[in-house]
Amino acid sequence: MQIYLPIAEVSVNAFLLLGLGGLVGILSGMFGVGGGFLMTPLLFFIGIPPAVAVATEANQIVASSFSGVLAHLRRKTVDLRMGTVLLIGGLIGAALGVVVFNYLKSLGQVDLLVKLCYVVFLGVIGGMMFLESLRAIRNTRSGKAPKRKKHNWVHGLPFKMRFRTSGLYISVIPPVLVGVSVGVLAAIMGVGGGFVMVPAMIYILGMPTKVVVGTSLFQIIFVTAFTTMLHATTNFTVDVALAVLLLVGGVIGAQIGTQIGTRMKAEQLRILLALMVLAVCFKLALDLLIQPSELYSIGAEGGH
Amino acid sequence: MLRLALVLICLALPLKAEEVVLGLSSDRVRITATFEGSEILVFGAIKREAPIPEDPLDVIVAISGPSKPLTVRRKDRKLGIWVNTDAVEIDSAPSFYAVATTGPLNEVLTSVEDLRHKISIPRAIRSVGAPGSVEDAQNFTDALIRIRTKNNAYQMLEGAVALDEQTLFRTAIELPANLTEGDYRTRILLTRQGRVISEFETVIDVRKVGLERWLFTLSRENPMLYGLMSLAIAIAAGWGASAAFRVLRRN
Repeated sequence: MQIYLPIAEVSVNAFLLLGLGGLVGILSGMFGVGGGFLMTPLLFFIGIPPAVAVATEANQIVASSFSGVLAHLRRKTVDLRMGTVLLIGGLIGAALGVVVFNYLKSLGQVDLLVKLCYVVFLGVIGGMMFLESLRAIRNTRSGKAPKRKKHNWVHGLPFKMRFRTSGLYISVIPPVLVGVSVGVLAAIMGVGGGFVMVPAMIYILGMPTKVVVGTSLFQIIFVTAFTTMLHATTNFTVDVALAVLLLVGGVIGAQIGTQIGTRMKAEQLRILLALMVLAVCFKLALDLLIQPSELYSIGAEGGH
Repeated sequence: MLRLALVLICLALPLKAEEVVLGLSSDRVRITATFEGSEILVFGAIKREAPIPEDPLDVIVAISGPSKPLTVRRKDRKLGIWVNTDAVEIDSAPSFYAVATTGPLNEVLTSVEDLRHKISIPRAIRSVGAPGSVEDAQNFTDALIRIRTKNNAYQMLEGAVALDEQTLFRTAIELPANLTEGDYRTRILLTRQGRVISEFETVIDVRKVGLERWLFTLSRENPMLYGLMSLAIAIAAGWGASAAFRVLRRN
């Protein structure tokens, strides 16, 4: 069934959009990522103009992460306090990120820089996570007790705060810094930053994997809601018809994803997330290395 | 002698001699939520006072959508990776363009007339100043035409106009589903030996209607409300799915 989208001004298959939304929703519920990094290229591929794709998918992520958070709230796996601290950092970071992005744009070749950062960044994060979870799985198999609550530099800082849900008593400085840096990255790369935030929470803040997913979704809601409003009022590129089709699939997918997530072991969840991060990294690297079949591309005037 | 006189008269009074009386299957296209493209039937007759001249008559029908400036970029290999390097700004290119003719365009229309009336696809695209750094600006225009032709946005339909008795003509032009809103300029040209002897122009009005219209207008005129509405839908859907699954799990 073809549907004509009023803002995107293209006609697309409604069931295809439902399916895409569902797929991204499952990932969102399972791993606490928004799924923007996956959805953007898919929407480009089916012919949605890039500006509309980016803005609309922010709106869809609001829906699927809200759906996911509610499921996690019922299981009490959302650290609202930590989420709020991260969010405050994230908003500061996003504001900084916009400034940095505009500066880079004035230098030219911002696209390339962003892509290269992406590849290096994802490669390192994914690789480290993969090795760590592999080791964790091997340790549990061989019967060794996993080491928990390592004391590192994070615990020596002032302004300590108690995060009950995560079982942590740490300084607020590291969470705010994590929030700021993810915010900067998110603004530059144009994504919610969930798949950077999740590893950071696990490895830098030492939060338990189960809590991380819900907490990440909690703060993604606010970041993407803010992005949606920004796009709707400045670029007029939010296509509500497209968003509705994507989010119907997305909210259902998020519920299913959450259920899959809770039935899995923390290490398994981490290793899957690591594989996904590596896959995205690999795909981006291929795009840069393989000669595209069409060397030319059409863009709006002055746009990127 | 008589024939020569006739030709001279034709040349002297090109617009009076033969005129187009046009019919369109519809002069408006309504884009609804389930719009899947549309076929426009362009037909008509040629009204003339004088007897039919001996040179064969040809008809060209050209429909062009709203024009916009755009940028065409090219990727190049730098240090082993493919990146956008050169870019050429196209001053104006129609979002949709279809030309239907009675025969091969180069026989139906001379290049001088093409230049004047801007009929062929490359002529319909206006590209004045390419930056000095790009030497092969033509390749960028070619790429634009190639990509848009592949998407069916640009159509070259040579021989698609049927002409009966040098008087009645008709053609069908397929408008794709990915249609942009606007005035679609429709031109009908009559040519003899490649020279334009008469030109007729009308407009096909392509508009969104119903829900499409309402959403589009709201997004432009009241973006804040539109944004809040989008968010409200998202939150409601998220909550709805969560509540529905809770009921499902209980049962």
